[in-house]
Amino acid sequence: MEQAVIDQLIEIIGKENVKTGVADKLAYSYDATPNFQALPDCIITPRSTEEIAKIVKLCNKEKIPIVPRGSGTNLAAGTCPTQGGVVLLFTYLNNILEIDEKNLTITVQPGVITKDICDAVEGKNLFYPPDPSSMKISTIGGNINENSGGLRGLKYGVTKDYVIGLEAVLANGEIIRTGGKLAKDVAGYDLTKLLVGSEGTLAIITEATLKLLPKPKAKKTMLALYKKMEDAAETVSSIIENRIIPATLEFMDQPTIRAVEAYANVGLPIDVEAILLIEQDGDYQSVEADMLKMKDICLENDAIDVSLANTEEEAEGLRQARRTALSALARLSPTTILEDATVPRSEIAKMVRKINDIAKKHNVHIATFGHAGDGNLHPTCTTDLRNKDEMERVEAAFEDIFSEAINLGGTITGEHGVGEMKSPYLAWKIGEPGVELMRQIKLAFDPHNIMNPGKIFAKETRKRVVI
Amino acid sequence: MRCGFCLPACPTYVETQDEVHSPRGRIALMKAVRDGLITEYEEVEHSLNVCLGCRACEPACPAGVNYGSMLEEARAIFQEQKKKSFKEKATRKVVFDQLFPNQKRMKQATGLLSFYQRSGLQKVTRKIGFMRLFPKHLAEMEKALPKVPKGIKRESNYFPVNKTNEKTVAFFTGCLMDTMFFETNQSTIKLLQLAGCNVHIPQTQNCCGALHGHSGELEGARQLAKKNIEAFEECEADYIITNAGGCGAFLHDYDHLLRDEPEWKERAEVFASKITDFTSILVDMKFHEQNTLQLTEEIATYQDSCHLRNVMGVKDAPRKLIKSISNVTYQELPRADQCCGSAGIYNIVQPEMSNQILDHKMEDVKGTKAHTIVTTNPGCLLQMKLGIQKEGLQDTIRAVHLADYLIEALQEK
Ligand SMILES: Cc1cc2nc3c(=O)[nH]c(=O)nc-3n(C[C@H](O)[C@H](O)[C@H](O)COP(=O)(O)OP(=O)(O)OC[C@H]3O[C@@H](n4cnc5c(N)ncnc54)[C@H](O)[C@@H]3O)c2cc1C
Ligand code: SF4
Ligand code: SF4
Repeated sequence: MEQAVIDQLIEIIGKENVKTGVADKLAYSYDATPNFQALPDCIITPRSTEEIAKIVKLCNKEKIPIVPRGSGTNLAAGTCPTQGGVVLLFTYLNNILEIDEKNLTITVQPGVITKDICDAVEGKNLFYPPDPSSMKISTIGGNINENSGGLRGLKYGVTKDYVIGLEAVLANGEIIRTGGKLAKDVAGYDLTKLLVGSEGTLAIITEATLKLLPKPKAKKTMLALYKKMEDAAETVSSIIENRIIPATLEFMDQPTIRAVEAYANVGLPIDVEAILLIEQDGDYQSVEADMLKMKDICLENDAIDVSLANTEEEAEGLRQARRTALSALARLSPTTILEDATVPRSEIAKMVRKINDIAKKHNVHIATFGHAGDGNLHPTCTTDLRNKDEMERVEAAFEDIFSEAINLGGTITGEHGVGEMKSPYLAWKIGEPGVELMRQIKLAFDPHNIMNPGKIFAKETRKRVVI
Repeated sequence: MRCGFCLPACPTYVETQDEVHSPRGRIALMKAVRDGLITEYEEVEHSLNVCLGCRACEPACPAGVNYGSMLEEARAIFQEQKKKSFKEKATRKVVFDQLFPNQKRMKQATGLLSFYQRSGLQKVTRKIGFMRLFPKHLAEMEKALPKVPKGIKRESNYFPVNKTNEKTVAFFTGCLMDTMFFETNQSTIKLLQLAGCNVHIPQTQNCCGALHGHSGELEGARQLAKKNIEAFEECEADYIITNAGGCGAFLHDYDHLLRDEPEWKERAEVFASKITDFTSILVDMKFHEQNTLQLTEEIATYQDSCHLRNVMGVKDAPRKLIKSISNVTYQELPRADQCCGSAGIYNIVQPEMSNQILDHKMEDVKGTKAHTIVTTNPGCLLQMKLGIQKEGLQDTIRAVHLADYLIEALQEK
């Protein structure tokens, strides 16, 4: 990047908000995705939408890549600046602008931390359900752009179900507003939904209005233990078949349980094959009834123990422990590579079995946990990047997993996004015509390809070996 | 793993919201130096200098990354490679080579300080603003320093008890604790006796070496470690007790410090396994149930010592002890687990960040409406006193060490 451009950036947002030091570039060279690292040319922290608009205009003119970045916790190399350019931060745009108790909405800037939104509205007896495991760190801007899910996804849906209005800066520097505090709105294409999950490749989100729910009156949490993984998976399908939609239905296998317990020390049994973390919320009576019924279903499916959390503290301990699963697995090996394959929830038992078979076939270690209730599993390979031979087997195993997920009517990614990591597989899910349509949409928004270039669209699709 | 779970736990990240000043960023920088990716050491060193070394990132890390030892090793490398800036050089020289390693000299130094305070000179210089000639933070710190007691001398080195189920413990006095905070050490010994411990005070013990270790002076730290191991081996105690979280954590890590020295490794392991914080042993021996503790009505809060909590894993025992005092309402300090910004000599070498952190800490303290802030480490105690001073709250809030607080509350003394 030329000094002249940097000087112009400095003119727009001030010297203290443009960083070009080597340490700065290094600190913004990665996200939570293993094996991706690249240095940006500079890191900028604009203070307003207007400043962002000016910056985007400049970058569009000079054809400089812009990588919008929240907290860099995404798992798809979505904020790794592989094409260089500027990393754009939302450090100053981190305010909750309004909680509207009449319309039940909250309006926020993109840099607000997800958990701060949940806490702020719960103080007013309201409820913002999307709760990715990274909620203590992730920003709402990141959640919106990845369309993140969470532990409460199966009953309450994911981020897109709560975003009802956006302000965004387009690649040409224009500022648009979509949607609003409306329960209904069919004025043209649904641009709000198009921008949600766009991974920073279409526009820069500068403000969002989110829908809120009344806070459920009661909530209960229980843990079911299994000798066989399949029994746990069968329980999941069986609960849903029985017309119960729990608030949370999380799955962990033994390697995951052990790693999590080693860190969190919450008393998880390390000798069982699998556990389910089950929660229900709502009014007192129905919560009570659902929990009883689910307990029976667990026992019918050969759970060896089902126990209720006695206090909210204990329940929160269990939830927190589950949230650390991915990071805790990093205790086992130098590298952990996780996938995000998702299948229709009726197929969860089949998928769990397939994952085990695939791990055996390729001789790799796979620990599995995930949001079992919405069919979203996170098979995680504990491996070592330096071991070339094993890495090849890991890749082959993941290709089989993607392929198997698609065979079962599923997808390559349920909530982590495509980014750069999964772009070679996008066509597997949506086909070449699907990718081409997306490419046309991208071009219409961003003709010079400056918005987070290199993400979603791969140079080449991986060849799919059909099994 | 770069999950970022450590970010919200890190005080310097919370203050700056800048990845450069986060644990994840620092680890990436250290790795880049190790792998030869960058040669711009100054920038990396700046990031590491701003790190408090509070190690709040460790309990926050599900992957079990041992940040503390990475940092120590990285600092040691820089220490060798780089010339130190003049200001730092000057403070370091005084602090490391002269003051801390030698208990006798430390006593003389605090002796001077004590003379200065008692002679009334302190009052005079404060009035005429002599200290204004120094950087602002040093002037403020000078005001916060406690009065050093006259003629520091302990009547004995062995304090036995006449009780059944007694335990034999050795007390690590610590250099700052045994001079500027001599009274607190006396309180601690008394509490241990009351709990049923025979207390030995090995005479040849020395500074723990934490300040050296944390600043990359690893060789100096190892020398001190060996002296201490020898000193404590003689009295064959069940536990080695500390009342300063900072020292305790460093002693607790001696096994790591000496892991590459075969003739010391095992001895260091035995030593490290005996290190116990005074609050834990008091609670274990049910001191608070066997003694009546009472004060006039007040609200108390507790600021964790980073190393006591993050390295030694002690968080409930101090709280339990405070809560056992009648008439005291315990109010948990929000973010009590976040470093107060004192961090060894951090508040001298990084005054700006230290002040920023302290200001936020004092906001939280005010929110608790506490009359007393209880701490378990001399550095934290000084920093809290400094905070109170800066906010002009001397008349409404005080800071005390938990050992002194318990003695104050003790009924049959
Ligand atoms: C341990 C762990 C657990 C996780 N658990 C979950 C989970 O349960 N569910 C889940 O869905 N995900 C999960 N994730 C993935 C990740 O946390 C989410 O994708 C999260 O939404 C990312 O937020 P962020 O602020 O870190 O965004 P970043 O990683 O910084 O960015 C994510 C994407 O959004 C873009 N972006 C960010 N802000 C803007 C903006 N204002 N305008 C335009 N584009 C923008 C970026 O360019 C990038 O493409 C987890 C990650 C980790 C490390
Ligand atoms: S030691 Fe403290 S200041 Fe340093 S990186 Fe860890 S949490 Fe941050
Ligand atoms: S140090 Fe631990 S918590 Fe921090 S990013 Fe690495 S794995 Fe995550």
